[in-house]
Amino acid sequence: MHYLDNAATTAVLPEAAEAAMHAMCTCFGNPSSLHQMGIDASRLLEDSRKVVAAALGCLPEETYFTSCGTESTNISLRGVAHLNRHQKGRIITTEIEHAATINTAKQLAAEGYDVVFLAPDETGHITPVALESALTEDTVLLSCQLVNNEIGTVQPVAELGAMLKAKAPRALFHIDAVQGLARVKLTPKKWNCDLMSVSGHKIGAPKGIGALYVKKGLRLPPLMFGGGQEKGMRPGTEALPNIAAFAKACEIRMAHFDEDFQHVQSLADYLRQQVAAQLPEAVFNGAGDIPHVVNLSLPGCKSEVLLHVLEGDEVYVSSGSACSKGKQSGVLKALGLPKARTDSALRVSFCPANTKEDIDALIAAAQKGVKLFKR
Amino acid sequence: MKEVLLLKCGEIVLKGLNRKTFEDRLLKNLSRRMKHVADCEISMRQSVVYVEVPEDADADAVMDCARHVFGFATISRAAVCPEKTLESVLETAQSYLAPRFAQAKTFKVETKRGDKKFPMTSTEISQHVGGELADRFPDVRPYMHGPDLTVHVEIREKYAFVHAGPEPGAGGMPIGSNGRAALLLSGGIDSPVAGWMMAKRGLELVGVHFFSYPYTSERAKDKVLELGRKLTVWCGRMSVMVVPFTKIQEEIRAKCHEELFTLIMRRFMMRIAERVAVEYGCGALITGESLGQVASQTMPAMGVTGAVCELPTFRPCIGMDKEEIVTIARKIDTFETSILPYEDCCTVFTPKHPNTKPKMPKILEAESHLDVDALVNEAVEGVEIIHLP
Repeated sequence: MHYLDNAATTAVLPEAAEAAMHAMCTCFGNPSSLHQMGIDASRLLEDSRKVVAAALGCLPEETYFTSCGTESTNISLRGVAHLNRHQKGRIITTEIEHAATINTAKQLAAEGYDVVFLAPDETGHITPVALESALTEDTVLLSCQLVNNEIGTVQPVAELGAMLKAKAPRALFHIDAVQGLARVKLTPKKWNCDLMSVSGHKIGAPKGIGALYVKKGLRLPPLMFGGGQEKGMRPGTEALPNIAAFAKACEIRMAHFDEDFQHVQSLADYLRQQVAAQLPEAVFNGAGDIPHVVNLSLPGCKSEVLLHVLEGDEVYVSSGSACSKGKQSGVLKALGLPKARTDSALRVSFCPANTKEDIDALIAAAQKGVKLFKR
Repeated sequence: MKEVLLLKCGEIVLKGLNRKTFEDRLLKNLSRRMKHVADCEISMRQSVVYVEVPEDADADAVMDCARHVFGFATISRAAVCPEKTLESVLETAQSYLAPRFAQAKTFKVETKRGDKKFPMTSTEISQHVGGELADRFPDVRPYMHGPDLTVHVEIREKYAFVHAGPEPGAGGMPIGSNGRAALLLSGGIDSPVAGWMMAKRGLELVGVHFFSYPYTSERAKDKVLELGRKLTVWCGRMSVMVVPFTKIQEEIRAKCHEELFTLIMRRFMMRIAERVAVEYGCGALITGESLGQVASQTMPAMGVTGAVCELPTFRPCIGMDKEEIVTIARKIDTFETSILPYEDCCTVFTPKHPNTKPKMPKILEAESHLDVDALVNEAVEGVEIIHLP
C-alpha cells in the first residue's frame, strides 16, 4: 500500500493509539469528577494541553481543545463576528481558503458583514500589497491559511499580520494552520496572530480532535453552551482519548521535526525529478513552498479516472479537483489555471513514513494511466 | 382509538371485465409493502380498500407507506366508531377530530350511508351530528360553503367511520399491472425520474447500470444503487443489473472517430439493455432522455440509438424541461443523490465536438471496425445482479 494522501488524513501513530487506549480503558474518569479517577483524568488533560501548546508555539492557557479544525475556525470567525455584531464591519479572507472558512465567511456575509475574498497571485500567494488594498478602518478580522491544502503554498503570515495591525489596529488575525502543524514551526506571537486553528488527524492523531489558540486576554463567545469545560469556550465532556492521542502525536512529530522535514524534502525532490524524467507531459501547480504537498496535472487525463487507475495499484492520492461534473477545485481556478489543468490535477501529499518506493509505485501507475488516455 | 385507512382505487375502477386482475394486483402490492410496516388487516369492498391499523402499530408509518403505493386516488385516515350508533359516531368525532377543530374556524358534516339499513338518512345524520358538534365546539361555526374543516361520517356495512377528508394518493396504476420494463440508470437526475413515471403507470422496474472501472468508480455504482433504493420506496422491490462496460468503451475509443463516441456507446447500451430486458421478461426499455437536452438526445441521435432495438423504448421525460424533471426528482427524493459529483458512464471520454446530426451509414461504417456481437455477449455474460432493497 502506498498512501500518498496525507493532506486528507494520516494513519494514527501506534503510540498515539496506545495513548488513546490508555485514556479509554485505564484513565477513563471524567476530568470534572472530584474523586481520584477524575483527578487523574484532569492531570492527563492538562499534561496533554502543555504538549499541544508547545507544538502550537503558545501557552497552555491559550490552548483550547475542540472537535476538529472546522470547529476551531467556526469558533474564531463566528466569535469575532459576534463581538462586532452591532457595528458589523469588514471581514477579509482569501479565495483559496478551506471550505470551513469560505462557507462560514459566506454565511457572515449573508448576516450583514462586509466580507472580502482576496485573490492570490499566480503562485498562490496573498501579498501584503493585496491585503493593503482591501484593508479599511472598520476591518474586524483577517482569516488566512498558513499552508494551502491543495498546492502547499505558505502565506507570508508575518508580513500580513504586521500590515493588518498597522492599518487596522482593532482587527483580529485568525490563521488556519491545519496543514501547517508539525510541517512549519508555528509562532503565532511573531505573526501578530490572535486565533489559530489546528487539527489532530493531519499529524497522526485520530479524527475528531482539533485545537484552537486564543491569544491571552481575548475572550470569544462559544458556539454552544454547557458545563463550562475549556473555560466555557468549548463546553462538553473533554474527549480525553483523542486529546491524549493528539498530545502524543504532537510530541513525536515535534521531537523529529527537522529530520522529518528533510526526509519529506528529499521525497518531494525525488518526485519532481522522477516526474520530469518519466512523465514529460506533467506540469506542477503552485509554488510548492513546503515539500509535504505536491500538486501536478497530466493534461488530458481526468483526475478521477487517474485516481482510480492508481488505486488499482494500491497508490492513493487525491484528485486536485473533484470531477468534470461541474465541481472544480476553487484553489486551482483562483490561480487562473486553464480547465485542462484543473480537470487533470492530482495532489500528492507526504508524511514522514513515506519512502522512495511509494514514489516509484506512483510513477509506474501514473504511466499506466497516461497510456489509457492516449489514443 | 382504533384507526383505519380508507383507500379509494384510482383509474382501475374504469376497467371492464379484467378489473379483478388489476384489483388483485393492487391488493397484493399493498399487502407486501405493508408487511414491512405493521401487521394490518387488509380487505376490499366496492373499490375501497380498508387497512385496519393494529392498536400498537405506528399509524403514521402505515399512512406513509400507503401514500407511496401506486393505484390509489385518495387516502382517508379515519377513526373506527366502537358501535354503529349515532351516539358513538358523535363521541368518536368529538375526540378524534378535536385537534382539527382547534385549528378551524368553520366546519360542516358530510355523511355517506353505504348501509341503507341504518335508520336515518345521510342528511339527517349530518344535521344531527353537525348540530351536536356545534354545541360541543362553540368557537367553531357551522358553515356550508367551503369550511375549514369537513367532518366526514361514513356508515359502512360493518363499521361507522369518522375522518377529516381524503388526501391524494400516489395515483397511477398498480406496479406490475402493465408488465415489466428495463430502466437504464446512469446516475444522473433524469433516469430515476423516468423510472418513477413509468412505475407509476404500472410497470415493474429492472435497473440496468453500466459500470466502467476505472473510468467510473465504486462510488458511482453505490450512488446508482442508492437511487434504486429510493425508487423502491415507490415500487417495492427492484433488481439492478450491473453491466461491465470498460472494454466496450476502450474499444470504441481505440477504433472509432471521436465525434461518434457517445452515439456508438449509447447504441451498445441499448443493445445490452435489450438483451438483459428480454432475459428478465421485460417488454420495454425506459430512458431518461429529454429532446435536445444534450448532443446525444437530438432527434437524429435518438433515431440512431433507438434503431438497434426491437423492444419499444419509453422516454417519459422527452417533452419535459430540466426544471420540471428536477421538481419530480425532489419530490421522489432522488435529486440530492443524483447530483453527487462522480464521473458516470456518460461523462468520460465525451467528445469535444459531438455529432448532433449523425447519419446512419457513417455509424454503421464506424461500427464495422468493432466485433459488436462478441462485445455485447461478453458484457451480458458479466452482468452482476443486485436485489434491492
